[in-house]
Amino acid sequence: MITFDRVTKRYPDGTVAVDDLSLEVPTGGITVFVGPSGCGKTTSLRMINRMIDPSEGRVLLDGVDVTTVDPPTLRRGIGYVIQQAGLFPHRKIVDNVATVPQLLGWDRRKARDRAMELLERVGLDTGLANRYPFQLSGGQQQRVGVARALAADPPVLLMDEPFSAVDPIVRASLQDELLRLQAELHKTIVFVTHDIDEAVKLGDRVAVLQVGGHLAQLDDPATLLARPADGFVREFLGRDRGIRRLSFVPGAGLGLRGDLTVPVSADVASARGTAEPWLAVVDPDGGPLGWAATAGLPESGTFEAVPLAPYGTFVRDRDSLRAALDAALLSPSGNAIAVDDSGRAEGVVTREVLDEALVLAAREASRVAGETRADEGPGEAGGAREAADGR
Amino acid sequence: MDGEPLVRWDWIWRNWSTGRAGSIDSLLQQHVVMALLPVVLGLVVALPIGLACVRWRWLYQPTAGLMNVVYALPSLPVFMLLLPATGLGPATVIIPLSFYGVAVLIPAVVDGIASVPDHVRQSAVAMGFTPLRRLLRVELPIAVPVVLAGLRVVAVSSISLVSVGALIGQGGLGNLFTDAFKRDFPTPAVVGIVLIVALALLVDGLLLAAQRLLTPWQRARGSA
Repeated sequence: MITFDRVTKRYPDGTVAVDDLSLEVPTGGITVFVGPSGCGKTTSLRMINRMIDPSEGRVLLDGVDVTTVDPPTLRRGIGYVIQQAGLFPHRKIVDNVATVPQLLGWDRRKARDRAMELLERVGLDTGLANRYPFQLSGGQQQRVGVARALAADPPVLLMDEPFSAVDPIVRASLQDELLRLQAELHKTIVFVTHDIDEAVKLGDRVAVLQVGGHLAQLDDPATLLARPADGFVREFLGRDRGIRRLSFVPGAGLGLRGDLTVPVSADVASARGTAEPWLAVVDPDGGPLGWAATAGLPESGTFEAVPLAPYGTFVRDRDSLRAALDAALLSPSGNAIAVDDSGRAEGVVTREVLDEALVLAAREASRVAGETRADEGPGEAGGAREAADGR
Repeated sequence: MDGEPLVRWDWIWRNWSTGRAGSIDSLLQQHVVMALLPVVLGLVVALPIGLACVRWRWLYQPTAGLMNVVYALPSLPVFMLLLPATGLGPATVIIPLSFYGVAVLIPAVVDGIASVPDHVRQSAVAMGFTPLRRLLRVELPIAVPVVLAGLRVVAVSSISLVSVGALIGQGGLGNLFTDAFKRDFPTPAVVGIVLIVALALLVDGLLLAAQRLLTPWQRARGSA
């Protein structure tokens, strides 16, 4: 566990980067520090491994004040991932990853074996081991950065905007990769970002910091989205807060209709007379192919000959209500196709079912908000007011 | 000079290797030593001073200013100035050339260290490098291309400047120019020019090869 105990960082010119910060980073979870630039998130992170020392207060790592530990020794026990990866350009990938084990005095062979193991673990081809960093893409470099931070198996990992310099698609895959790794490794991770979507996606807990180094709110993402502590947090979360909150409502409970899917080999005659305007056509393995409009069906033949409209799917056991809504919006029918883990259609979630789920989710959110913030009225009132102001 | 050919091959043949002082091969040898020793000495002196300038930033401006003045001094009067102390020996040439080397290489060392990207330096700190180890294992290796570029400039200019030493009798191949002048006989001058240029090209090529060998990690090959 990492404890910030009334930590303040003041610079000689009087700037306060971190203001009386007290919080705990629990062992084995991802805690995200998020906020606009100048909020002291990186400063706070760097006080953990003594790249910056606090002016007042203490930072404790498992109960030990970090300022009592010699910085190089402390740092070798804490993984660090930086924006742009910070790889050593003059060393091969495998040597980059083996850096900390070598600093710790492991023998060369063991350090290299460990490095190869980690390259695989972060999803890199070990054929890259003998390349130099400039020969890798930004995303690959960042994976190497993560592998390097994990090389000596430190219990704590500090990540300073590690994914901000790569394009959105690569960023999403790096984020997924981090979550997958964390599910195996259970490190204590402190992750700094200015991107609230990244914070909400990755964090078990999210600390929102305000300019001047003041902690505005520390909560799990669902609570954060449902109940922002003040106007600053609400504004920082942005106008899509309601939609984003749906990411934390599971889609598993949505009711399915089995009668709206039809095998591609079926005769169109079987669909004649149905009142449903759209049917989801599936291949022999159950994989969705698209939507067929029942109004324009040909006289005879199978669905093979029917033009199909695009569709959206969500994995019912895994995805959120937000994913289901997204799937519905991708279909001309307004309905979402629910699939299982192997991609086979389980059934269709209709717009009516989604509407009902959305109403329930909204009601639940305002109930939770109302319970804890009775003094301010329903939590959504602020949002509604802002919307009315034309924001 | 009427009827005198630009190059008399028989003269070259006779004077290439006579075993006496003043033969072309011994002058070449002398030239190589007097040109390259200052490069090595210059690097040995410039490295610690350059690193000190990186460590204590305020040192750099005055040092760079002083070194520019040193570099601006014409070589011949400096040779004259040194004569009473060092006499008519090679040291009279080697010492000023070493100073020129220092003058060029201090900025090269400073720029070389400055060429280490900030995120690389920070990640070295964050991984637990001690300052000395960081310098030796991260910063200096990354500075190599910039320092070597400076070294190439110093080596070539040093090879060319040695010939001025001929005016005090310590010029290596430069002695061929004074010889040609005194005797109104062009062949030694041509030989001197050709050999000096060839030597400069050879040394530059070797340094370039060394750079490629030492920095296989560089993106831009051959553009340095």
